[in-house]
Amino acid sequence: MRRGLAGRAAAGLAPLAFLGLFLFYPLARVLALGLGPLAAGGWAALAAASRDADLGGLLAGSGLQALASTAISLALGVPTAWVFARCEFPGRRALAAVLAVPFVLPAVVVAAAFTALGVPRGLGAVLAAHVFYNVSVVARIVGTSWATLDPRLGEAARLLGAPRGPRLAALTLRLLAPAIAAAGLLVFCYCFTSFGIILLLGGPGAATLETEIWRQAVRLADFGAAGLLALVQLAVTAVLMALYARLQRRLSAAMRQVPAAAARRRAPAGAAGTWQRVAVAVFGYGAAALVAVPLAAIVAGSLATPGGVGVGAWTSLFRNATGSLFWTSPLAAARSSLAFAAGALVAALAVGLPAAYAAAGAARREGRRPTGAGALLDLAVLLPLGTSAITLGFGFLVALDRPPIDLRASPLLVPIAHALVALPLVTRSLAGPIAALDPRLGEAAAALGAGRARAWRAVDLPVLGRAIASAAVFAFTVSIGEFAASSLLARPEFATIPVVIYTRLGTPGALNRGQAFAMSAVLMIVCALGVAAIERLRGRGAPGTEVL
Amino acid sequence: MHGTRFSVAAAALVLLAATGAAGAATGNVLTVLTHSSFSASKGVIAAFEAEAGAKVRFVEGGDAGETLGKAILSRGNPIADVVFGIDNTFLGRALAADILEPLEVPIPATIPAALRLDASGRLAPIDVGYVCLNADRAWFARRGLALPETLEDLALPAYKGLLVVEDPAASSPGLAFLLATVARFGETGPRPWQRWWEDLRANDVLVASDWSDAYYNQFSATGSGRRPLVVSYATSPAAELFYAADPKPAEPPTVALPLDAAFRQVEFAGVLRGTRQPDLARHFVAFLLSRRFQEDIPLQMWVHPADAAARLPDLFTRFAAVPRSPVGFDPSLVDARRDAWIREWTRIVVK
Repeated sequence: MRRGLAGRAAAGLAPLAFLGLFLFYPLARVLALGLGPLAAGGWAALAAASRDADLGGLLAGSGLQALASTAISLALGVPTAWVFARCEFPGRRALAAVLAVPFVLPAVVVAAAFTALGVPRGLGAVLAAHVFYNVSVVARIVGTSWATLDPRLGEAARLLGAPRGPRLAALTLRLLAPAIAAAGLLVFCYCFTSFGIILLLGGPGAATLETEIWRQAVRLADFGAAGLLALVQLAVTAVLMALYARLQRRLSAAMRQVPAAAARRRAPAGAAGTWQRVAVAVFGYGAAALVAVPLAAIVAGSLATPGGVGVGAWTSLFRNATGSLFWTSPLAAARSSLAFAAGALVAALAVGLPAAYAAAGAARREGRRPTGAGALLDLAVLLPLGTSAITLGFGFLVALDRPPIDLRASPLLVPIAHALVALPLVTRSLAGPIAALDPRLGEAAAALGAGRARAWRAVDLPVLGRAIASAAVFAFTVSIGEFAASSLLARPEFATIPVVIYTRLGTPGALNRGQAFAMSAVLMIVCALGVAAIERLRGRGAPGTEVL
Repeated sequence: MHGTRFSVAAAALVLLAATGAAGAATGNVLTVLTHSSFSASKGVIAAFEAEAGAKVRFVEGGDAGETLGKAILSRGNPIADVVFGIDNTFLGRALAADILEPLEVPIPATIPAALRLDASGRLAPIDVGYVCLNADRAWFARRGLALPETLEDLALPAYKGLLVVEDPAASSPGLAFLLATVARFGETGPRPWQRWWEDLRANDVLVASDWSDAYYNQFSATGSGRRPLVVSYATSPAAELFYAADPKPAEPPTVALPLDAAFRQVEFAGVLRGTRQPDLARHFVAFLLSRRFQEDIPLQMWVHPADAAARLPDLFTRFAAVPRSPVGFDPSLVDARRDAWIREWTRIVVK
């Protein structure tokens, strides 16, 4: 018993130590640095700074934009989740991989694709880009819960005489509400703190708190105003998290989950009803097609030359035309990207998995209103959502600056930062399924003499396999698409694919533009292969389960 | 639970690597902080390493503003020994932040006086770029429209909706072009700079967020854009030719306009205060000023070397002429007025 307690404490402490060292401490240091002088001026100075920065307008503008982005993403993402989790149709796996690709594309590439497609700038373009990015987030998080919903619930409802259509849908939605709320919260936070898409597609004058933090800190060197905005953004996120936690407790029904293999009762395409065929056409093929159009524009951009179509951009990718020390071959960039992504994946799971267990354990012990350390940890892992990239980058700089932890120019900071960014996604993918685990099964296994690890493999892993794979995919895609150079110190010898894309777009010339698009296509391929590999690995680890 | 051992192992690994990295940072390694547009030939850097008996490690801080911000934040315990890439629009901020050691490196006599903007002897001018308009030659030829010759031309109906500029609030060339117009029209008189920008707004000027966006997304000569005039650099046409897709044309598809407003953007290097190897750092700055590095600059960074005596590649002498009378600015005036000018520009052009 004592060993169990110690284990639980350690499970909670390790993630807290990670977050403390790499999130809270750097943030506290950099915010104190910026806000200290401003706060010395008292409330009057703070109020004046808020007015100067148009804080009210920024909050309202970002809030409405994020709300609209989230609503559209959910409206498209939830049916998409159903189609991919519950229906069988030709090309399902390939299309699922396509849906994951937008998430890794740097904003500059998406903006270039949208511009090439003739999308006019402004709020419409911002919403379209946000939906393009986030449909897969919704589909993956909701789909993960959907796939392990016990289908017998539906059958029971039918046996009890419930009409097939609306009431079953209402029951399902009720059971999925926690996952939908989690997905909605994540998407809202991403759009609320959106940066590149706002600057590039929002048109002149478009801003969020995040873009203003960057502008104040970098362009105007006003660390006071930047610190104030960063703190407000963090506070807004924290309030949202707290509201979400309350909502989550109200929503979570007593839902027991089953291994995906047992839940999977996919209707084959032939036996499907008309509605299902329509749904598959619209939300399976349709969603994939919507996502594929900008992706195709990127590939087309890599093949476009002034004289027509050519592969010059691709062949020149491998040539260091000026003998530059700073040139990176596509293979080296892919290698760096994959190495960082592997590090981020391991770190995010190593922190996220125990954190999700600790939170779930606390919730179970403390009943429906968990207030202890577990609940706090559950909120803490979500805070990176509200942390502005430039604030964190500057925070690393001022906080991790003395031996034994002088990491400022270390390439290790890259996977650490990526793991932080991925943590909210990782823990949200794991939280629902872990909460729904039946603790009695584990106890039974222990009573039968199974060791902890063996009990975990036998009892938890089969149910959690899909969720762990989802979390891993999120960590991988976050890392592979992250453009860390803007917030961290970059080492040219470890340039990743997104860094190479930005470098190419910094020099004039048709080949540079073509190479940026070609590297974006490489990024898409690396992403799709990586996602497929993770899913396959999971399939082998937990026999009987299937790919999303 | 299950993840605990992972976490502990990961934490141990991080700490181990951290101490390792800290140990490697000292010794005969010179760390140079640059913006992400810095480049140099392998052979040139290797020559310095051989000459100085030291290894050079580069760290990139993002764009020029982000790089300076990082240098300022790490003041006293610097992340590098040398900083490269502080330009004359940020020079005042860098000097005021007191992040630099006295340089004590002789500046070659062949570097023009106009580039020696730091009287306090802490920053050495390394390269110079000229921000000016670029035009899509084929577009103007197709329309039979003459290229604009003065800034006033751009406000004429014939040039309505043709120009894309970068937002000076977010972009260095955008700010440089705004400064050029401030210098050209002045702040007082019947037609101050604000009037010209009001006219330009009425003439449908397009604002892009940064250089890549303006040049690659909106400029008609380079991709899917529709605007044949863009704010870029005097050297951009030469780069266009160098990086043209096969078959290479004889001349660049674009031309830098000899308009009456070009901004002279000078980039400086200095030794960061608190470095533990000031002599090696000064040695590197002296190397940046040497003929060998100066002559490597054009094709690596697509700007002109600061040293007027440095030999230019053929491509530069043919397609990258230095504008007639570029605008320079007293860096302290830029520092004092920059934010006010940007705010006013935003009110006139964007709001």
